[in-house]
Amino acid sequence: MVTFTLNGETKSVDLNPDMPLLWVLRDELKMTGTKFGCGVASCGACTVHIDGEPTRSCQTAVGDLDGAVITTIEGVETREASAIQAAWVELQVPQCGYCQSGQIMSASALLAETPKPTDEDIDYAMEGNICRCASYSRIRKAIHRAAEILEA
Amino acid sequence: MLHYLDKALTAPKPTRRSFLKISAGALGGLLIGGAIPLPGQAAEGETLITPFVQITPDNRVIVISKHLDKGQGTATGLATLVAEELDAALEQMAVEFAPSNPQVYANTLFGIQGTGGSTGIANSFDQYRQAGATARAMLVQAAAEAWGIPADQISIANGMLSGGGNSASFGEMAGAAGAQAVPEAVTLKTPEQWVYIGKDMPRIELPLKTRGSVGLYGMDAQPDNVLMAATARPPKFGATVKSVDAAEAFDMPGVRDVLQIPQGVVVVADNTWTAMQARDLLSIEWDEITAETRGTDALMAEYTALLDQPGLPSVTRGDAPMKMAAAEQVIEADYSFPYLAHAPMEPLNVTVLYDGDSVAFWTGSQLQTLDHGTAAAVLGLPMEKIAIHTLWGGGSFGRRATPDSHLVAEASMIGKAWLDKHGSAQPIKLVYSREDDIKGGYYRPLTLHRVRAGLDAEGNISGWNHRVVGQGIMIGTPFAEFTVRDGVDHSSVEGAADTTYDLPDMAVDVHHPEVGVPVLWWRSVGHTHTAYVMETMMDELAIAAGRDPVEFRLAHLQNDPRLAGVLRLAAEKAAWDTAPAEGIHRGVAVHKSFNSYVAEVAEISIRDDGTVKVHKVTCAVDCGVPVNPDNIRAQIEGGLGYGLSGILREEITMTDGEVDQYNYPDYTPLRIVDMPQVEVHIIPSTEAPTGIGEPGTPPIGPSVANAVFQATGQRVRALPFSKHGLA
Repeated sequence: MVTFTLNGETKSVDLNPDMPLLWVLRDELKMTGTKFGCGVASCGACTVHIDGEPTRSCQTAVGDLDGAVITTIEGVETREASAIQAAWVELQVPQCGYCQSGQIMSASALLAETPKPTDEDIDYAMEGNICRCASYSRIRKAIHRAAEILEA
Repeated sequence: MLHYLDKALTAPKPTRRSFLKISAGALGGLLIGGAIPLPGQAAEGETLITPFVQITPDNRVIVISKHLDKGQGTATGLATLVAEELDAALEQMAVEFAPSNPQVYANTLFGIQGTGGSTGIANSFDQYRQAGATARAMLVQAAAEAWGIPADQISIANGMLSGGGNSASFGEMAGAAGAQAVPEAVTLKTPEQWVYIGKDMPRIELPLKTRGSVGLYGMDAQPDNVLMAATARPPKFGATVKSVDAAEAFDMPGVRDVLQIPQGVVVVADNTWTAMQARDLLSIEWDEITAETRGTDALMAEYTALLDQPGLPSVTRGDAPMKMAAAEQVIEADYSFPYLAHAPMEPLNVTVLYDGDSVAFWTGSQLQTLDHGTAAAVLGLPMEKIAIHTLWGGGSFGRRATPDSHLVAEASMIGKAWLDKHGSAQPIKLVYSREDDIKGGYYRPLTLHRVRAGLDAEGNISGWNHRVVGQGIMIGTPFAEFTVRDGVDHSSVEGAADTTYDLPDMAVDVHHPEVGVPVLWWRSVGHTHTAYVMETMMDELAIAAGRDPVEFRLAHLQNDPRLAGVLRLAAEKAAWDTAPAEGIHRGVAVHKSFNSYVAEVAEISIRDDGTVKVHKVTCAVDCGVPVNPDNIRAQIEGGLGYGLSGILREEITMTDGEVDQYNYPDYTPLRIVDMPQVEVHIIPSTEAPTGIGEPGTPPIGPSVANAVFQATGQRVRALPFSKHGLA
């Protein structure tokens, strides 16, 4: 039995401890906002926050999460995340949208750490997130825009 | 990707037959989805229902999208067309995907229900405006009756009807409107009256895509009690299962069954992870008698040998050999383009529920009619017993539009195998892993080109010989009748054979080797390689002639003013006539595809490690009426990003028939660090709207390659760039 906090609620699950958090969320808890893209921590579609850190849930075994504080796209409500989501809509970032849960989780973690990121900061924080639609130039603009929103 | 159907459908009629055969076997003259009444037949309650527009009592305008939206923005485009004619308020607009029913929802350019070839808006522009105008007329007629005033005294603005001192929302008038006779003819607005078309429209589903909302994608479909399935498919294309030992897999807790189907061995489990883990425990012996066992080295050697042999003629115009013999200079070059995977972010998936009498699928279906017909054939069901629930697609780039409907075929087999064994219906979701996707075929074909082009004494092109070697995508599919003529698959030579450069003496021929690797259209299809060849060769010729690459192209575009127009605009906006900044090098390319015209000027530098950095791409596009300029910009940005990804590092290779790459670590898509700044200029136009999902892709490769030549003097003719240390 593993007990953790998920989007502010205490959850206990009794599962194979090797099972990645991604599939616990999607198949067991029916929370499908976190996406499966590669399964090898290469694309970032499955990014969640664990104890505030952006983390690839496809490579995080549920057995290691006892006591962890987990936030997913469904529950992320920080100032940074709200600014990112607003900027995402304002600048019309998503196309197919499938990677965007992960992009938003990575970008909001970046802003929490670095409120006024440079292009280099953005490259560093976001290069683990693939967007096959190549919405990257809008992602970059929208992160700068969200930083402005937060400053205002 | 299916744009040649456009031409084919205006050609002699017999070409439609193959589809009619498919659909008829299938349709048996039935209207599928009998739940969709004909226009004007109001459903119960107070809802106006027509095939394309529904207006609900709670004042929502639901546009029924016959097209899959997998990121290209068509859903919003269709909603825009309807809202325009209705004068609806944007906040009341919603979109739902249509059921499978080619009699109502056919792509008018294909004759079947399907999305592709950048035809979404092109084939819907009149149809959806008429649908909006029809609903409008019925609302107006209902209001006229209710208020006892003539219809011409009723106006609509921002979703409200008013006249004679009365006013009503659409929702309040929906029921009465549904009882009206459907007008036989409606008058569409003139372009001067448009309030939405031509304006930047926010994407209708976009807020949902920023919140992880439920139920958007096929991957997120969750019928009650759904089980998850993963299939072990043969490591070599065309191999079959000889024997399987599933004992270890069965022992894994959570595994419900292991099923053998013609496509491979399927593990069905409580969750996706268990299905995939247990699949790795299967011990399968494969029969490779019918498998493709050649590697890409062997294929390259065979293809290269074919470059020396005359192929099937595609274009024979004037006398290219004679002009070449008399030419002042002749340039000859060979090019190679690898197999490419589409690798959309949402791995392929389909959920099936089959009970022996009927079947339902939940998936991002892109060719609904073919999926529908395939399920009917595999399961022996009449068409009306099959439901296809189309969901948003997490990317496609061509991958979901499979003429053989292999995904639905596999899911049908799984549904049947389960029912046969267990005797009761069970929803099962088949999920591809990324490895299944990368190794799974349906690639952009490996393609070689050889071009010999001559320049006359004035520095103009005097002759052009062009040979292409590559599998024909359409050969052996239901699309062959449309696109294969005298053995030549047009999708292999499009963009070269139909070039609008003034080339009176031109010969294009093609070899279509038989290879057991499944191939498919990849965003912009043949243009992925033909534009690269045409536009890098034009650059070589211009430089050999001592002429400016833009001026040289314009001189050969006397008969294509729209292509010349985008080239001039991109050159002007990129300040082509001024020297670039220190260390920056420019390259240009211009190409027509899907009836749209795009020019791109790339600005690059070479990093200290010798790799290419693309800083900025200045684009000009002419796609007819720009319905949603912001979406056009987005599609050009994404289209060129996808193309840049393709030329920099993407490559599928095989060793003895087995694919060498496995996942994103070694099949490497573009990441944010390599994305250039993109500037898009749209030519105002009143021409009919044309494609935008794909036309941004073809010019990026050659524009970057031409800039690399300016920087290094090196011509990149074997892709990807990573082969040469450039990426």
